[in-house]
Amino acid sequence: MADIVLDKVSKRFPDGTTAVQDVDLEIADGEFVILVGPSGCGKSTTLNMIAGLEDISSGELRIAGERVNDKAPRDRDIAMVFQSYALYPNMTVRENMAFPLRLAKMDKETINQKVEEAAKVLELTALLDRKPANLSGGQRQRVAMGRAIVRQPKAFLMDEPLSNLDAKLRVQMRTVVSRLQKQLGTTTVYVTHDQTEAMTLGDRVVIMRGGAVQQVGPPQELYDHPRNLFVAGFIGSPSMNFLHAKVEEGRLRTALGDVPIGERVRRELEAGDAPRELILGVRPEHFEDAALIDDETRARGVEFEAPVDIVESMGSDKYVYFTVEGERATAAELEELAADAGAADFAGAGSNLVTRLSAESPVREGENRRVWFNLEKIHLFDPGSGRNLTLHEGRSAGALAD
Amino acid sequence: MAVETTTRAKLRWGVLDVVVVVFALVPVLWIASLSFKTPATLTDGKFWPREWTLENYRTIFDTDQFVRALINSIGIALIATAIAVVLGTMAAYAISRLDFPGKKLLVGVSLLIAMFPQVSLVSPLFEIERQLGLFDTWPGLILPYITFALPLAIYTLSAFFKQIPWDLEKAAKMDGATQGQAFRRVIAPLAAPGVFTTAILVFIFCWNDFLFAITLTSTERSRTVPVALQFFTGESQFEDPTGAICAAAVVITVPIILFVLFFQRRIVSGLTSGAVKG
Repeated sequence: MADIVLDKVSKRFPDGTTAVQDVDLEIADGEFVILVGPSGCGKSTTLNMIAGLEDISSGELRIAGERVNDKAPRDRDIAMVFQSYALYPNMTVRENMAFPLRLAKMDKETINQKVEEAAKVLELTALLDRKPANLSGGQRQRVAMGRAIVRQPKAFLMDEPLSNLDAKLRVQMRTVVSRLQKQLGTTTVYVTHDQTEAMTLGDRVVIMRGGAVQQVGPPQELYDHPRNLFVAGFIGSPSMNFLHAKVEEGRLRTALGDVPIGERVRRELEAGDAPRELILGVRPEHFEDAALIDDETRARGVEFEAPVDIVESMGSDKYVYFTVEGERATAAELEELAADAGAADFAGAGSNLVTRLSAESPVREGENRRVWFNLEKIHLFDPGSGRNLTLHEGRSAGALAD
Repeated sequence: MAVETTTRAKLRWGVLDVVVVVFALVPVLWIASLSFKTPATLTDGKFWPREWTLENYRTIFDTDQFVRALINSIGIALIATAIAVVLGTMAAYAISRLDFPGKKLLVGVSLLIAMFPQVSLVSPLFEIERQLGLFDTWPGLILPYITFALPLAIYTLSAFFKQIPWDLEKAAKMDGATQGQAFRRVIAPLAAPGVFTTAILVFIFCWNDFLFAITLTSTERSRTVPVALQFFTGESQFEDPTGAICAAAVVITVPIILFVLFFQRRIVSGLTSGAVKG
């Protein structure tokens, strides 16, 4: 077990592209850190550099305080679980799991004992003498995990280990991974492109975009206090709503009506280079059916009326989709996120608004509905730099803060 | 409708298969049949021998000439195959896995060698080998065989290596293997079907070669069977050696069949299944 420190680690490929740019990251002993981001953001390259499968172009990588830049993977004492599982097809499950131990020249008895132990933890005991070809996807995945845990390495690296499983199994394996990590207390770096996995698994989440770290923090902090537009749009499902907002007469003109702003945001906007056009971000759960809230709550937000497109009743609450007229919010980050979600050419006219209303709301498709949203929870972003203007000392306080 | 089409298609394929197999096998069976005939019935034109005899086989194994040639053939073909497969495996692994300068050139040149007409090399090789003292020796045949078999080996093997998932090698390295261990313990066992296929092809090439064997040998010392057959005569000048030649032809087919049967069991497809998903 050990801590892992990335000190200005970069990766440049011979063709001149920079895959990873000056990543600074300190992973504490026993911590579970998630690297997340859309495809091509450099998360897998970063993981491969930690593993030693890719050379580090510049910067320093330290494992347990020791510089390992030039060490071969086998001398770093870390185990990796691959997206493809990469089981040795010519060996049985037992031989697969024993492979790293045999390479470490342990005696047979110890190997047997360790393999049995790991198999028990992962419930693989009955499958030990099968070949990988005769296993289901979930079982193969567990064998891959078993091969990693069996030699008690300093750290685990996991490269999208669950992405090849079907949805139900993925949820189940997520808890297995989580429990296993807690139980073993081994430092773990986990790469995924799935923000749900990132939110549910990690102690801390590292969001990457274009080879650079965007924000590092516990999942809830990233969710509540996104530093920029990209983080805000990436974390959360359904994702945050983004609307175009224009600064006029000390108020924000938006498709949802005029939004008043507090002192702090006003000061931000008074700076010389401050943008006149902003992007307003509201999470779906910060909307509510205007008929269902009391006056005290009502005072903390504003209301608008819009035609209801679709109602999805989830039982516990309702997802209601609105179409609102007006200019759409545009920024490079948003286009990138849409492209990653495969929805770039799918947006249609106007802005789509996703809201999560109480299950008691009698909202119906086709009608016009009055909806309230919480001004204390909204974010304002600079479309040029993507910066979150409502963020103050790492905390987001909405539009009204003084 | 669909069932009908498939039955008809099956029938069509079946007939086609039978035609091809008969076309290919009849000459072989004919040779086999001739080898069991007595000299008197040799030319009776019957497919099934009227009188069976093993005399022809006894004759060829009684002559030193044939046995010696058989030993030469087996030895030369086995050594050439072994060396070509080992070199080919290493070269193919490098070609499929590494990016090194001149890779395209190397592949191109090896293709060139494979396409080069052998007959145009026979005279220069003859001169070179005489100068070097390789003429009429085992290495004198083994070397050209390797040269011509290598491109074939490299091509077949690199196709096999390309099928092996890269991740397996990375996994092996993460598990603590050196490059060499990863190759020996993970990659090589998976490439086995490719290695055996290549071995069969190379062995057949070496075993059947006539052109090099007849030009680069002059005595029993290194003469291989296809050439020895040419020099085959009966016990006396007046004896008709047809029966004996046929028997020898059958005998030299046997090692090939054994070799293929032995290795065919190892050429099982799907060896890499279960390694990676998707």
